[in-house]
Amino acid sequence: MVVENKVLDTEEFMVNMGPQHPSTHGVLRLMLKLDGEVILSAIPDIGFLHRGMEKIAENRTYLQFIPYTDRIDYISAMSSNMAYVLAVERLADIGVPRRAEFLRIIMLELNRIASHLLWMGTFGLDLGAFTPFLYAFREREKILDLFEMTCGARLTYSYFRFGGVSRDIPPEFMPALKDFLPDLKKKIDEYDVLLTNNIIFLERTKNVGILPEALAINYGVTGPNLRGSGVKWDLRKDDPYSIYPEFEFDVPIGSTGDCWDRYNVRIEEMRESIRIIEQAIEQMPSGNVNSGLMPNLEIEPGDIYSRTESPRGELGVYLVSDGSNKPYRLKIRSPSFSNLSVLPEIVNGWKVADVVAILGSIDIVMGDVDR
Amino acid sequence: MEKEEIKRIILESFPSGVSEIENGDESAFTVEKDKIAKLSSFLKGADTLRFDSLMCLTAVDGMEDGFGLVYHLFSMQKRHKLTLKVRVDRGNPAVESVSSVWKTADWLEREVFDMFGIKFLNHPDLKRILLPDEWTAYPLRKDFVSDKVVKKPEYA
Repeated sequence: MVVENKVLDTEEFMVNMGPQHPSTHGVLRLMLKLDGEVILSAIPDIGFLHRGMEKIAENRTYLQFIPYTDRIDYISAMSSNMAYVLAVERLADIGVPRRAEFLRIIMLELNRIASHLLWMGTFGLDLGAFTPFLYAFREREKILDLFEMTCGARLTYSYFRFGGVSRDIPPEFMPALKDFLPDLKKKIDEYDVLLTNNIIFLERTKNVGILPEALAINYGVTGPNLRGSGVKWDLRKDDPYSIYPEFEFDVPIGSTGDCWDRYNVRIEEMRESIRIIEQAIEQMPSGNVNSGLMPNLEIEPGDIYSRTESPRGELGVYLVSDGSNKPYRLKIRSPSFSNLSVLPEIVNGWKVADVVAILGSIDIVMGDVDR
Repeated sequence: MEKEEIKRIILESFPSGVSEIENGDESAFTVEKDKIAKLSSFLKGADTLRFDSLMCLTAVDGMEDGFGLVYHLFSMQKRHKLTLKVRVDRGNPAVESVSSVWKTADWLEREVFDMFGIKFLNHPDLKRILLPDEWTAYPLRKDFVSDKVVKKPEYA
């Protein structure tokens, strides 16, 4: 049999990285146009987890909406609670007692660590590293135990209230936290050994998916993605809220904007969060944790846009009130929505396996994208 | 930069169609809908202003007053904030897109179109983003009743 030596015809084809996929971090559909293995374009199709939260908010009292905020970004529910509660407190001019502010900071930073741990585990898993996943979850379990001790829930806390938090920490909380932090510091150094300078990890993430600074700002990318591209921008320092100005911490940034930089920024952020928690434990005052429950809060007509630094980026809430006890319009500016919109720009020219790495490094939560 | 200085620079270049609104310490302006695109490129390009970041773009249904579009701008370099409000009437809601100035607006405007039905002229790809393409209703409008039946599309 003679095999003729002719040039093969090739065609572009469309592949669905469908809504059900182990590596798309939730229900995200990516329509990939491929030439062999090389991506020509990647168009995200979102909305599979759209639950109509903004419409629901118009029919709930301000207090009734708090449990819904947990489900916006379910990996870091404390931050989502905080964004909403802060907007209402600013609009209605409600003060928060000191002890409650310190408790809020501890919970927010613990949540940041838990969220980054989960991200680190799943990012390694996407690239094929199975071990860091279990290691990260071992530490995350301890944090979830602390949360369960405080408010009874592991994932959707509804811990924050207008004017403070719902209840004080039990007496077992502080000793457990003080035992946990030094252990966590050692464990983060262990993860460095496993992933950060691992040759395979470096090959898959160094110089992959570079996000230039100007593009990031133009697309509204925020959080560790923006900091990975070298922009020193953290709302906890640059547009501060709560009592963040009283704590000393650094803001890690990257240099090239590749996947490795985004990974490294998150690892360093975990270390900085530990610093903040240690300072908060030391300076924690006594006192009450709530200025009074307000089930039927009515707010004078007005509007406000208030923003917080969630583990994913700038989580903002635009609230319009009309004098009644329900919001007139509640818009949630979610970080993952804008972070995901930059994906088509940075995957072109890479291969299919790199799409998984780049998408993983952006750290999206579909509940945040779709609301 | 101080609120008064921002107001002076903006009103100097846009003497008509832009007026200030009372907003406490922060700057806020109402803009006529045919001036929003020019004003946006001015705000981004002016050396003294440099509003390089569109934080949030959304709409509010004002019922008889029409729709109100709200733009929250921020300057990362100069550290000042600005809010712009545009009134669009209900009958044929359309306004120019600012996605050529800030790329964030691309998806944010698609979401506003999806939820309110406000058309953005010169948008690169204005189609629904969160809801299925076959939907005909605009849910965040105040006259959309949640349990009104939306006709399910026929799949062959």
